[in-house]
Amino acid sequence: MPPDLLEFEEPIGVLLKEIEALSMLPQTPERQRSIERLQAEIESIRADLYSRLTPWQRVLVARHPSRPTVLDYVERLFTEFIEIGGDRRFADDHAVVAGFARYKGEPVMVIGHHKGGGGDTKQKVYRNFGYAKPEGYRKALRAMKLAEKFGRAVIAFIDTPAAYPGVESEERGIAEAIAYNLREMAALDAPIVVAVHGEGGSGGALGIAIGDRILMHEFAIYSVIPPEGCAAILWRDSGRKIEAAEALKLTAPDLLAFGVIDEIVPEPTGGAHTNPDLAASLLDGPLARALADVSTREPAARLEARYRKFRAMGNVGIAEP
Amino acid sequence: MAWFKKARTPRTSSTTEKPSRVPEGLWVKCPDCAQILYNKDLEKNLAVCPKCAHHFRLNAAERLRMLLDRGRWTEHHAGLSSTDPLGFTDTKAYRDRLRTAEQATGAKDAVVVASGQLDGIDVVVAAMEYAFIGGSMGVVVGEKITRAIEQALDRRQPLIIVSCSGGARMMEGALSLMQMAKICAALARLDRARVPYISVLTDPTTGGVTASFAMLGDLNVAEPKALIGFAGPRVIEQTIRQKLPEGFQRSEFLLEHGMIDLVVDRRELKATLARALRFMVAAPALEPQVAVAAMADADQSSR
Ligand SMILES: [Zn+2]
Repeated sequence: MPPDLLEFEEPIGVLLKEIEALSMLPQTPERQRSIERLQAEIESIRADLYSRLTPWQRVLVARHPSRPTVLDYVERLFTEFIEIGGDRRFADDHAVVAGFARYKGEPVMVIGHHKGGGGDTKQKVYRNFGYAKPEGYRKALRAMKLAEKFGRAVIAFIDTPAAYPGVESEERGIAEAIAYNLREMAALDAPIVVAVHGEGGSGGALGIAIGDRILMHEFAIYSVIPPEGCAAILWRDSGRKIEAAEALKLTAPDLLAFGVIDEIVPEPTGGAHTNPDLAASLLDGPLARALADVSTREPAARLEARYRKFRAMGNVGIAEP
Repeated sequence: MAWFKKARTPRTSSTTEKPSRVPEGLWVKCPDCAQILYNKDLEKNLAVCPKCAHHFRLNAAERLRMLLDRGRWTEHHAGLSSTDPLGFTDTKAYRDRLRTAEQATGAKDAVVVASGQLDGIDVVVAAMEYAFIGGSMGVVVGEKITRAIEQALDRRQPLIIVSCSGGARMMEGALSLMQMAKICAALARLDRARVPYISVLTDPTTGGVTASFAMLGDLNVAEPKALIGFAGPRVIEQTIRQKLPEGFQRSEFLLEHGMIDLVVDRRELKATLARALRFMVAAPALEPQVAVAAMADADQSSR
């Protein structure tokens, strides 16, 4: 199977092989028609598969090794990007990107996790597979405080498996770094738009995901725990990840219904990685609208609305006599 | 009735969970020093082993009793309960887990919010209940703690949160995760309003609880040898493929790394909190007098 295909896309793999075989033979009008027919069939199979993805299949798409990264979106939708680095405390964390840019001509601060998507293993190691350490969260907050200082909006791209679960993370206070971000982002006097475009991995995702408007990509996931971890704990068998993925309600439509996100960003059929240009242009509209909406508000009203938004999270699950 | 019951034996690993509550029965064996203790003596000693100072876990009511004057308090929002918003089922239905936990603890969820006095100072306290699904934080815990913060803010009374929790509650999915954001947003307001907040971390405090309110106290105080961390020790061991060193993620480790202010023996806890609160709040008798005097001045000047 071609490396870009996911396990549930195997029917597509079979057809791709046939096309490959036909392409090796001398070209004839008849063969060309066969290839075109096969390609049409692939598109129809893909459309069918992606119109009814299961939660676990969404997990696979969201984690696709070539899923577009924050920098892929910056390249396509933003101009004059200058990456800034370091938390001024300990180090520069490459699992989190931050920088100045222009969006629709307006200066904005971009922050986001980066898993090294699309790159080789070396790239992914450089990004620590998107597992941010305390310095990553502290860098992001430093960037956001700059946005506040200079009256610019923040656009946050969320895509991480989790905060880095390692010894040095604990030593340097990963819990404090996330907690502090949650508190400070809630009160940050700058418009914030969040796009959960890949994997919204628990506290590691939330640590830079407080905002006035939360967008979520069609096939992205956002969860309190990875399905494998949930299955290992509750089912005592990480193999039950498919059931756990169902139970956790981690898909964009589920989270829209619960009020955890505000809007779903459509993706190309087959997922953002199959067509990053189209994925970017599909994000452009919702992002521009959300940013315009929240930027025109009075700061006090915007902060109050942000508070009310998160204050109401979970009301759907509470009974009060 | 058993004359003698052993405390739950710790699992053999450097990262074992500390033994839990004082077991029922007349006699108790300390899991740390193996001393046989008379249960009544242990209770009088705030469930701390008189020989080795091992801290047994307290439930929410015991915690409030030891912190608040005359062991008296008013409970708030006790009726809130979870509706099981995800309709979650694993090997067992979440609804059944909730029912079992309620029967075991007499509480509807994993935190008790109370107001009372600590050494004469009016305070709002939220004490977590570990016996309720591992003290996990779902929407009810999130809501009750947020209300406690808002109450502290309204009344301008110091807030104390005693954490004892495995983290966010999986069975309520991303809604549990969002409680971290909700609580921290409320804490931002409390912070800006300069109302004191003391976080007391007890064994265990992990996951989303640590990565939200437990780390945000104006003062972070931990009981000795409590497990405190973000990622679970087993998850970290899987990541680094090594055994973790003795004492990793214990209170003393966090103190050493600058994440908490103090490690305090439970028998000194109330006195320590009282002393800290006196730094943070105006002496209770003083404030009204000043206010009254100021009003009297204003009255005179307006005449
Ligand atoms: Zn002992």
